[in-house]
Amino acid sequence: MKPVLTLGPHLYHWPADEWRDFYFRIADEAPVESVCIGEIICPKRAPFTLPHHEAVIARLRAAGKEVVLSTPALIVDDRDVALLQGALAMEGFLVEANDVAALALLSGQPHAVGPYVNTYNRATAVRLAAGGAVRVTVPVELPAESVSLLAGLPAPDIEVQVFGRWPLAVSARCYHSRAYGRSKDACLYACGEDPDGLPVDTLDGEHFLAVNGVQTLSSSYGCLLRELGRLRQSGVRRFRLSPQRTDMVELAKLYRGVLDDRLPAEEAWMSVERLVGPIPLSNGFFHGREGVRLV
Amino acid sequence: MTAATMELVCPAGTPAALEAAVDAGADTVYLGFRDATNARNFPGLNFSRDDLRRGLAYAHARGRKVYLAINTFPHVADDGPWRSAVDDAAALGVDAVILADIGLLAYAAAHHPALRRHLSVQASAAHPLALEYYVREFGISRAVLPRVLTVSQVKAITAEARVETEVFVYGGLCPMAEGRCALSSYATGRSPNTFGVCSPASHVQYLTIDDTLVARLGDFTINRFAAGESPGYPTLCKGRFEAGGRQTYLFEDPVSLDARPLIPEFAAAGVRALKIEGRQRGRAYVAQVVGALRSAVDAAASGRPASSQALTALSEGGQGTSGAYRKGWR
Repeated sequence: MKPVLTLGPHLYHWPADEWRDFYFRIADEAPVESVCIGEIICPKRAPFTLPHHEAVIARLRAAGKEVVLSTPALIVDDRDVALLQGALAMEGFLVEANDVAALALLSGQPHAVGPYVNTYNRATAVRLAAGGAVRVTVPVELPAESVSLLAGLPAPDIEVQVFGRWPLAVSARCYHSRAYGRSKDACLYACGEDPDGLPVDTLDGEHFLAVNGVQTLSSSYGCLLRELGRLRQSGVRRFRLSPQRTDMVELAKLYRGVLDDRLPAEEAWMSVERLVGPIPLSNGFFHGREGVRLV
Repeated sequence: MTAATMELVCPAGTPAALEAAVDAGADTVYLGFRDATNARNFPGLNFSRDDLRRGLAYAHARGRKVYLAINTFPHVADDGPWRSAVDDAAALGVDAVILADIGLLAYAAAHHPALRRHLSVQASAAHPLALEYYVREFGISRAVLPRVLTVSQVKAITAEARVETEVFVYGGLCPMAEGRCALSSYATGRSPNTFGVCSPASHVQYLTIDDTLVARLGDFTINRFAAGESPGYPTLCKGRFEAGGRQTYLFEDPVSLDARPLIPEFAAAGVRALKIEGRQRGRAYVAQVVGALRSAVDAAASGRPASSQALTALSEGGQGTSGAYRKGWR
């Protein structure tokens, strides 16, 4: 079966027209089969992009891409639930749960489970599949051995993030507004100031993490380009790229080239390094090491 | 619910702490086995099967209860230790198991339906819908609510949920959605979710550079303390970092939760149980904190104001806070 490239949900708060144009270009040019859309970090951002959903979905579908509706990574209040219900109300889409609360509404119908739900073992994956999960994106810290054993299950299909900052934590507290000295309720969209996340450095000045609203990510971009072969051998056939402020179309082409055996992984790796510039790449989680490491 | 019927759930990392907690007025003691099946898998801590058997006898003889936390996420290659922990909990007669993993909840519900299942805070179920899922699928009887909720959210969840709720009132404060944080894993390679330790001591290093004490976790500086500043443990999310040109405690200040003043509100909201964090703490700490919380619950039950007995010397960084319960924390 042909390997599938998925574009994960756009995590950052971009101006709505840039957000729309990003997806238009993905639709027109990126060799990905599946695209997740939906505001999963902060319900306050959703009103900006929602008016563009219809056009973005139409363009993606016209390009032959599957559209998956991603739902909030942390469901705490009714605004989060409203986003979930909005996704459920749209007919003909696979909805991706990123909080167990979503499973309360999705169980019994086909759905996807995102990397924010703790799928650490077979018993959990089997249970999720029994509830209708057709695909599960595993938590980012899972090592190769775990991914491989999960991928050996008849269901669900296992998806693995192979590019982008690792999503490390989510909170009810907004670190972005806190960093800007604002309250969450009067944040003035501080997160909009940092389209690729707010760098969080150690007191030694070393890049460490990145804050995106209530979310904390790695500073490094995760990159499992060299591991694609091993992943495929273990039965994984779905690969997720998480959008960053880099040329995601070019990036998707590189991954596509490696998956199609047209491009050597090492050559693609060097091109990715050129694309992302000074931002370090990491793959430690997959190798059972510190996530920050490049093995 | 009145404060008189609220259950005080207290930590024990050792048999001595269990006895101290019972003697100081704990209604219930919670503990874990000596392995990666629980979220306080620290060297020298926790219970063998025999320790648990004796602890159960001590508590039950005095009309108290014991819960077993099996609240990490089983390894995909070998979930044997997690399943045997559940089996042994049932065989030994613990009053409830505290679980977070969906697969393990399914196992416990299928194999030990009579064993009470509580949802761990590590499942970070922060909305009635999440609780509904766990009730419907696994028949949980109680959920420990995340420490990221406001009092009004605790009230709303307790009113709506079909299960008992339990909230933290004292001890460590986790600013992230619990059980869904890979920060420590990113820096150390050890996952709190599967190994049971956040910011493990094995990866901590203190260096003195000039007059500054540098606290490191893995390869990263988590904090620096000038001479005269009282140094803290480099728990990753309680560290000082630079963001947006400012050096701050970006995620959480080095404070501990002390929600004693909120006990009457929790009682009025119908919260069934109050929890103290700190299985890693020694017997003397447990005795003092449990005693103080016992007084606070009893005071609330009789309508007296909460005692102002200072516990701050015991708190991390010397400061108590009502944490996320307080409006504006977010």
